[in-house]
Amino acid sequence: MSDSTAIAQGASAGAAPHGEHPSYQRHHFETVGQQFDATNFAMWIFLLTEVMFFGGLFTSYLIMRNWYYRAFVEGSHQLSILWGTANTTVLIISSFTMAMAVWSAQMRRKGALLLFLGLTFLLGIAFLGIKGIEWHEKWVKHHVPGIHQYSEQAFLNPASDPEVFKEYHDKPLSPGMAQKTEEYFFLYFAMTGMHALHMVIGVCLLVYIFIRARTGAYTNGHFTFVENFGLYWHFVDIIWIFLYPLLYLISRY
Amino acid sequence: MSEPNAHNEQGAEHEPHIVSPGTYAIILLVLLVATATTCGMSYIDLGEWHIAINLFGWHVGTTLFWNPVVALAIACTKMTLVVLFFMHIKYSSKLTKLTVISGFFIFLGLISMTLADYVSRAWGRW
Repeated sequence: MSDSTAIAQGASAGAAPHGEHPSYQRHHFETVGQQFDATNFAMWIFLLTEVMFFGGLFTSYLIMRNWYYRAFVEGSHQLSILWGTANTTVLIISSFTMAMAVWSAQMRRKGALLLFLGLTFLLGIAFLGIKGIEWHEKWVKHHVPGIHQYSEQAFLNPASDPEVFKEYHDKPLSPGMAQKTEEYFFLYFAMTGMHALHMVIGVCLLVYIFIRARTGAYTNGHFTFVENFGLYWHFVDIIWIFLYPLLYLISRY
Repeated sequence: MSEPNAHNEQGAEHEPHIVSPGTYAIILLVLLVATATTCGMSYIDLGEWHIAINLFGWHVGTTLFWNPVVALAIACTKMTLVVLFFMHIKYSSKLTKLTVISGFFIFLGLISMTLADYVSRAWGRW
């Protein structure tokens, strides 16, 4: 105690007694603002490593799509544009509720904070539920690459899949190209799967934040954790903003 | 030791700016409209642009499809809005702004270098 007090006093130029700064200010920071900036900066550095991580997936998507364009077009016709658009809407609204949760914490409104955290949680669960419905459909149609007897039937003979055929009238792919639809679904599952993993982590953190928020932990002026979690949540939203046109909207006309 | 806050007065410290719910609501609305536009545009064939350049007898030709270009342009606009307003970059310190911009710049550099390799190789001719 005496050591850290001495350091704190040293850092604030000797004059300021311990009681003059809020209890949540760590002693190695001069001010609360400096502490906020440092943590915020660190969060951005982490998010940029995440950009690089997803960037690898996006780059391989870009190359594969250029090489096997027909396979990617017909693969994407297997996705439901309705579910995809619904999920985009759900995620964008959840970003708004998360931004509002940060605002509530800044304004020290505990009730509003709990409301918006709860809404963000529910929207996150709704997103994962819709994703689950979509993945289940792929499983049933044997469109999961690598496992469960991947089937090229819908691409070698599009008429065998009447639901998709009546909408797009796809031409049969050559056997070589039909094989490459597995490449499309591999990237589909890798990208949406990695995105969903981030959503699951986000939803778990939301539960933690909600429980802590009930004790008033973030409405005492120290909202850094909510703000930085918000950055993470918005980042996951941004990934989906790109996944949606790239995976769902390849040549729908 | 004389000025306790001399360091801060030089602008090193940065108080978090509180964005109003009205701003958030406008951004939400724009994002939803942009999503609907992206979805609607994918049903229209926007055509393609055949680019052919003759540089001293060296022929370069490529085709640019407008649909993915428009879809990605809208996605980039949405991302910018989310980063600026939901993620408060518009109101953040210069250090954070510069870090975010350079991060995206490096990402674009890595993508361009990878693609430059892929397009310039003599595939199947070695």
